[in-house]
Amino acid sequence: MPAHQLAEMLRRRQISARELTEAVLARIEAVDGQVQAYITVTADAARRMADEADRRLAAGEGVTPLTGIPVALKDNLCWDGVRTTCASRILHNFVPPYSATVVDWLIQAGAVIVGKTNLDEFAMGSSTENSAFFVTHNPWDLSRVPGGSSGGSAAAVAAGEAVLALGSDTGGSIRQPAAFCGVVGMKPTYGRVSRFGLVAFASSLDQIGPFARDVEDTALLLQAVAGHDPLDSTSVNRPVPDYPAALRQGVKGLRVGVPREYFVQGIDPRVEQAVRGAVARLEKLGATVTEISLPHSEYAIATYYLIAPAEASSNLARYDGVRYGYRAQGAPDVVAMFSRTRAEGFGAEVKRRIMLGTYALSSGYYDAYYLKAQKVRTLFVQDFQQAFQQVDIVVAPTTPTPPFRIGEKADDPLAMYLSDLFTIPANLAALPAMSVLAGFTEEGLPLGVQFIGPHFAEERLLQAAYALEQDLAGEGVMARRPTLPVKAATA
Amino acid sequence: MPLEDYEIVIGLEVHAELLTESKLFCGCSTKFGAEPNTHVCPVCLGLPGVLPVLNEKAVEYAVRAGLALNCEIASFSKFDRKNYFYPDLPKAYQISQYDLPLCRNGWVEIALPPADENSPARTKRIGIIRVHLEEEAGKSVHSSETIVGSEYSLEDYNRVGIPLIEIVSKPDIRSPQEARLYAESLRTILLYAGVSDCKMEEGSLRVDANISLRPRGATEFGTRTEIKNINSFRSIERALAYEAARQAQVLDEGGQVVQETRAWDELHGVTVAMRSKEEAQDYRYFPEPDLVPVVTSREWVEKIRASLPELPLARQERFQRQYGLPAYDAALLTETRDMADFFEEAARQWHDPKAVANWLMGDFTRLLKEHGLEVSQSRLRPGHLVGMLKLMEKGVISGKIAKTVFEEMFLSGQDAEQIVKDKGLVQIADTGELEGIIQRIIAANPQPAEDFRKGKEKALGFFVGQVMRETKGRANPALVNELLRKLLTAGQ
Repeated sequence: MPAHQLAEMLRRRQISARELTEAVLARIEAVDGQVQAYITVTADAARRMADEADRRLAAGEGVTPLTGIPVALKDNLCWDGVRTTCASRILHNFVPPYSATVVDWLIQAGAVIVGKTNLDEFAMGSSTENSAFFVTHNPWDLSRVPGGSSGGSAAAVAAGEAVLALGSDTGGSIRQPAAFCGVVGMKPTYGRVSRFGLVAFASSLDQIGPFARDVEDTALLLQAVAGHDPLDSTSVNRPVPDYPAALRQGVKGLRVGVPREYFVQGIDPRVEQAVRGAVARLEKLGATVTEISLPHSEYAIATYYLIAPAEASSNLARYDGVRYGYRAQGAPDVVAMFSRTRAEGFGAEVKRRIMLGTYALSSGYYDAYYLKAQKVRTLFVQDFQQAFQQVDIVVAPTTPTPPFRIGEKADDPLAMYLSDLFTIPANLAALPAMSVLAGFTEEGLPLGVQFIGPHFAEERLLQAAYALEQDLAGEGVMARRPTLPVKAATA
Repeated sequence: MPLEDYEIVIGLEVHAELLTESKLFCGCSTKFGAEPNTHVCPVCLGLPGVLPVLNEKAVEYAVRAGLALNCEIASFSKFDRKNYFYPDLPKAYQISQYDLPLCRNGWVEIALPPADENSPARTKRIGIIRVHLEEEAGKSVHSSETIVGSEYSLEDYNRVGIPLIEIVSKPDIRSPQEARLYAESLRTILLYAGVSDCKMEEGSLRVDANISLRPRGATEFGTRTEIKNINSFRSIERALAYEAARQAQVLDEGGQVVQETRAWDELHGVTVAMRSKEEAQDYRYFPEPDLVPVVTSREWVEKIRASLPELPLARQERFQRQYGLPAYDAALLTETRDMADFFEEAARQWHDPKAVANWLMGDFTRLLKEHGLEVSQSRLRPGHLVGMLKLMEKGVISGKIAKTVFEEMFLSGQDAEQIVKDKGLVQIADTGELEGIIQRIIAANPQPAEDFRKGKEKALGFFVGQVMRETKGRANPALVNELLRKLLTAGQ
């Protein structure tokens, strides 16, 4: 059941926050053995928070739409006193003495945090196979990946192991797993949500965002985490609109642009069909549809894989074994300690990106790689600026394919990188973008469609996504849930 | 060829810690000398997920320094990351400024000593390329004297994140002495501007020097070395003099100077190779994505400019003009703002500024040094000095007694009149009283009295000494002389 309905039941005292939390914990107990969405389940803390929520609900004080709602956190979001691993050996034992701003705000809103979810190590990957601990499985088909890097959060929401979840999106890490897991995921405008307490991957691209079962829940969670934070200099001081209020405005007269460059290379026909179907529905609901061009789209991967690793090589340099986290034993001197710690503490993909980024920033190569990539990044901004003179939103596929099988691309980094082809441009241009369910393949795999808007146009995205979702719901598409073998309760 | 045939070319990179209460990117205290790792927080420790927030005061201080050094202030400036691994650098990068520093194109005028006593004082302008803002690293504490012999090292991160400015000079400096004078001028200016305490012994001012030689008349620069680990103003001159001689010898022997970083070894008075150009770090600078650019308005910059005090060189010139002081005195008195303020406050109340200057440069400076005090900590204030000078002028105390009174004022903070009264230091100017004493002394010393009468002027000195001893120095010297002459001859 989505959060907005549960919130209503909580307010009417039809259920208690404690009962709801116990139900979610029981669901985790029952299915997480197969899905493996969580790295850490914080059952005790969740029960305490649920009791606090019940107290607030009973007293009618400080009640928000999130009071008593179980939420999962991607395990790269710091929560004071709780292990935050980034799914990396190097942080396997790291317990932050502070919380991310978004976590503080969730707690203030009365949400119940049930645990920390799995991810590709340091959010680098598109399948959650790069976790140092274990692979998360797609609840719709356990042999397939949930996408990544926020695969744990997406799978948890899809499998009913959390009502809502937070993830982070650097090149598609919210939207791609949302599409693969048949849930809604949004990457807000860069600067809309504070990054304080999000363990950095690529600082100029990272953005925290919501996962939810439906668009209305997405709006509720976004409402709770959006806003200016003095602890993040890149967070924007600009009023936060009332997102849920924007949902029901419809799409009549909305100008929808479909970029022709997103329907060429290697796109799965089922994905294309679903996206074109979604566009047709919007048109039917009163939107006008135009084909547009985003001419620099083909440079997305190349640009991203210079900027993101460059920033990552610097952001991840602090994991040296001196102050916290994993430290290699027995090194004869400090340089050996640094290199052994990092050699043993990081996984292959993280090391690959650190090397790529170090190279891109090296003297003699900086101009040709990093600087050039920054210039191309400006071209992406211009592409979208021009597009948004003609249209209000851009509709495109979220991913080129439906969820692939575990192991299918694990040994082919380039093929893996290509699964972010359609999501990266919004990060490069700092735009808000979201993925919503567009339908299913014949074998029952979810397919996503992506909406991209101008800066701070989250309301417009929610409004369009909501209209599409309502239309699909009329045909029962939204009611489909993954069926998971439930582990017998242990005595 | 001899060193004199080479032209020495020097440029300095000076780091100064800014006097802000809190660090550059977090709220931690910047106080020196706390227990290790007590002035730290997740932000300055660079824990995962934290973000820097710029301390506006630090930007203001850096701009203030830039203005005091005659720089242009950038309206748009940004921060960059300088990446390198070291245990004292918690993020493994230092937030610094690379291509768009806060301040550019300044200069400092230094006063060169006159070529000889009769030549006029000369000044020279040393160009400043840039002044930028950056954060401090921490401090490694090794278990033995050196890192190599140490079993383990510990890290103190109290210093991490303290705001620093780096001031890069043009290669305009032509001698080790000029280098020291330039560094001292910088120190004086920064102290005046109130942006740094510039204590080399606490590391709040640090100097690295680039030096190369070229044959006189050549236009191209020679290969340079960089000297680090210079820990006093005196060492700047010593280290550079050593290095100039070393390079000259290498060149004379037909060798080539290797571009490298060398460390000054204070104990042995030599520079030692640290690392070569090939081993130099590639810092992989790139724009800091966690901070937004620094945009300064003209208005704000002008407000800071207006709040700057009169700077040392201008004040020095004014002291010569307004108070008629010699250049030497003016330079000495303007070395710190406190001393110059002290002088002016006293000089305003006294008609003889040179007398004020003499007391300050002499006894006052000596006493401060003996007691390890700064001008601001002195109990003796300008009013005390003026009060004492008045007593001297009235003839209440002699110059000799004044020295005692001055020291007493310095120690107790009492005024001169009180001290003179309490200690009975009033000068004996009573002719009758002195005549009695003198007659007794003449009677007791017939031989010297006879000598004087026979024209031996020296004998008078003997009698003056005797009178002063008898009166414990309180006798008015002029009167003693006059009475002695009168009474010695009268006895004939």
